[in-house]
Parts: sequence; structure tokens; C-alpha cells
Amino acid sequence: MTSASAAAPPPPERPVLEPDEISRALTRIAHQVAERNKGTDGLVLLGVPSRGVPLARRLAERLEQVEGTPVPAGSLDITLHRDDLRLRPARALERTEIPPGGVDGRTVVLVDDVLFSGRTVRAALDALADVGRPRAVQLAVLVDRGHRELPIRADYVGKNLPTSLREEVRVLLEELDGEDRVLIRQGAAGAGA
Amino acid sequence: MRRHLLSTQDLAYDDALLVLDTAAELARVADRPVRKLPTLRGRTVVNLFFEDSTRTRISFEAAAKRLSADVINFSAKGSSVSKGESLKDTALTLEAMGADAVVVRHQASGAPHRLAHSGWIRGAVVNAGDGTHEHPTQALLDAYTLRHHLAGGRGDLAGRRVTVVGDVLHSRVARSNVHLLHTLGAEVVLVAPPTLLPLGVEGWPCETSYDLDAVLPKTDAVMMLRVQRERMSTAGGGYFPSAREYSRRYGLDAARLAALPEHALVMHPGPMNRGLEISAEAADSPRSTIVEQVANGVSVRMAVLYLLLGGSEPAIGTDDTSGGAA
Repeated sequence: MTSASAAAPPPPERPVLEPDEISRALTRIAHQVAERNKGTDGLVLLGVPSRGVPLARRLAERLEQVEGTPVPAGSLDITLHRDDLRLRPARALERTEIPPGGVDGRTVVLVDDVLFSGRTVRAALDALADVGRPRAVQLAVLVDRGHRELPIRADYVGKNLPTSLREEVRVLLEELDGEDRVLIRQGAAGAGA
Repeated sequence: MRRHLLSTQDLAYDDALLVLDTAAELARVADRPVRKLPTLRGRTVVNLFFEDSTRTRISFEAAAKRLSADVINFSAKGSSVSKGESLKDTALTLEAMGADAVVVRHQASGAPHRLAHSGWIRGAVVNAGDGTHEHPTQALLDAYTLRHHLAGGRGDLAGRRVTVVGDVLHSRVARSNVHLLHTLGAEVVLVAPPTLLPLGVEGWPCETSYDLDAVLPKTDAVMMLRVQRERMSTAGGGYFPSAREYSRRYGLDAARLAALPEHALVMHPGPMNRGLEISAEAADSPRSTIVEQVANGVSVRMAVLYLLLGGSEPAIGTDDTSGGAA
């Protein structure tokens, strides 16, 4: 994340989603996905690294509890498709793991932690097109913080969080950070996804 | 700050692993319906080959094209270089054409280094083999192949023993491999006739031996180097008495293949002299990774080009690595 302004100590972070709220949001999204797709037949969940991946796995587990059949989940790294590659130092690649069976003819639900400018999702759509041809693509995010720069919207949203551009949203997940929490902080502009 | 890949000695442990991990991800692109990524769109990669090497050039070309870079192949033969143009003037021409990276193969050791540090060009320089000095991407693809088979495709090569056999004196592949494999924690043994071991080899981070049969049972991979036929006679330097004698003492034949441990790999950077340094049985045996090495070469070169050109700053070759966090 971006560093705070030089002299002053960083302003405190304020929690906006607690562990039980994250859990409820994911359960709700799982039900919405099953409802809208009339079950889980032909569904594939693909998380965008890094925090979309554990979220996709959790959604897949919940969908299995709801519908009783396993739902394939994987990950889709978008690094090589980013439009800001040249603005930052070259970075290490994350893992792309397409579940066996691929995405051809299936409904892919892209899963990410925060929806912001929409550029990550655009890159993910490009990356997905290189992997195969899904029947349809839907988007699930834990937090929609607004400020879109592209005509993209999410199909499933855990929490709509109106933010200012100066604020920073940080999602913590048990699998990667040891705890579930979404935090917001007043601070440097232009941070995050 | 460095932004070139000139030698495996420049690659720190973390850099080497970053290249191998990146190559592993990029290798998966080859399995997709669309084998192309938009990552280097609009960038120009020049393959500047003063010495013939079709396979290395094609490998770099395929790697650059899979990343959507524009590729210009510049071969010294039939170009103004054969009319006497200097390296400097060639470099200035490439700079004027806007080359973002120059992949250079040269018969003189140190030519890529000169190109990188002279200030003639601003782009990244990748050494694709210079004289008897280094061939870093070959060593990286060898390390990638070794890691795939001996370490499950992850981490380093700690505790693995690699035997490099043959003309070490003239081999840039051997030189690059010794340093990289050492960085990755493997033990390297060089086996060659005394005449084909370079002066100063005692200072290299490896062991040496004249006796292949003694080394084979304790080796996890044996890497055969090409013998240049023109070096065999007295006129060519007289490094060994005859091809037959070399083959008998240092060639990998069926008997020696059987002396290797069950899991050991047979490697060769190509092109092979079948029947001289390697028998057809060894070259075609199931434990031979020779064809696989070619495929891995494309992935490794994609990784190098991506890491040098993919961002505003290179991710490898810098002195203070800031880590690969996204």
C-alpha cells in the first residue's frame, strides 16, 4: 500500500466489517449466486490474487453446503494483463489455477476483495479470454468502494462502502493475514486496486 | 542499478528463484488455447546475432513474440557488420530504432558487457552467449529443468549433485551453470580431460575430476557438453588424441547410463554429436531431458524478458531487491 505523508503519524484505521459480518456477507452472496444461476451447474469460481482467491474458495464451500454438490474454484492472475505495468516496477507473478474442465461454456464468477476503478476486472476479463470462452461472466466482490473509471459493475456485493479517494480500504483475511476484517483509513490518495 | 542479464554471477539467490518461479507460471501459457500475452505490447526486442545460433535465436524470438513484443532479427552475416561496421555503430543504429532490449550473441567474450556499459544504448542487454564466457539463459533453463525433475518444481537445488562433462575450457554453458547451480545450492563436478579444463578452475565454486566413471554413481544429473569436432586434430589445438579415445573416456554410453542412479537425468544443451560425447541410447533414453530443455528455454526467456522489460524498472539484476510483493 502507499506510504502515508512524511511527517505525521498515519491516521488510525477504522473497522467497517467485522469477522461475523464478512461471514454473513459471503453466505448471502453464495445464496444469490445459487439463486441467480438456478443452482451451481456449470459454475466455476475464479479468485483474483491475492485476496480474491481465499474468498472464491470460501464461496465455493458455502455453495457446496447450500446446493450439496462441489463447485470448482481456482485463481486467475491478471499481472500480465494490467494496463499499469509500465508505471510500476516489474512484479512477481501470482498463480493461475484453472480447475480441471476449464471455463469453456461455463458461467465464471470472478471473485475479488475490493472493486474500485474497475481496471483489475477489465484485466481479468482479458486474462479470462485467453484461457477459454465462458458462457457468461459474473463478478462478486466483498467491498464496492466506488470511483469507477470503467463501465463495470459487480453482480454480487458484500458491502457497498462509499469512500473518498483519499481513503484507503484494506481487506484482511484469515488465510493470508490471520484475521478477518475490513479496515478503512483516511490517508494518502490513489491507493489500492 | 543494473538492468541487464549478462552473467549468472550477477544473479542473486532471490533473483534466480524469481526467474524460475516466473518461468513456471509462464510455462502454463503454452497449454492455453491462446499462447500469447499482451504484456510487452509496443516494446521492441532486437536479436543481435554476430554468431550463428538458430536454436537460441528462435527460442528468444518465440519468447518475445509470446509476450507480444515486436522482434527484429539482426544477423551479422550479410549485414553491414560483414562490411566492417563496428559494434558501436551497430549499437547506435539499434538505439536510433528504439530497441527496448537487445539480445546479443557474439564470438568475443565481453561484447554484451561492452554493449551494456558503454552508454551506446539505453535498452536492456541480454547475453545470449559471448565467446567462451557465459550463456546465462541456457544455465537458467538447465536449472529450471533440474528443479522440475529433482525438486518438484519449487525452491532451490540444495544437496543435488550435477556433473558437467566435456569441453569446459571453451564452454560458456559450463561456466554459467557452475555459478548458477552454486547459487541455488547444488554441488557441481566438472569432468574433463586435463587439457579441457580452464586455467583458474580451482577458484570456481565446484569440484573437478578426470574420471567420469568414479563420479557417475553419485550424480543426480549429468550434463554432456558438445565436443567441437574441429578441435580434435592437432591442427585444431590438439586437446585430445582422437575422437575415439575421447568417446571411450568421456562419452555417455549404455554402460555409463546404467551406472547412473535410477532417478538421474541426462542433459545436453544441443546440438549433439551422437556417438561422440553422447550415444544414441543415452540421448533417446527416457531419462534424457534434451527435448524438454528446448521447451523450457522459451519459458525461461519469457521470464527474463518480462522481468527486465515488463515494468518501469526491472525486477532482476538490481542491487537492492525490493521484493516481489504485488
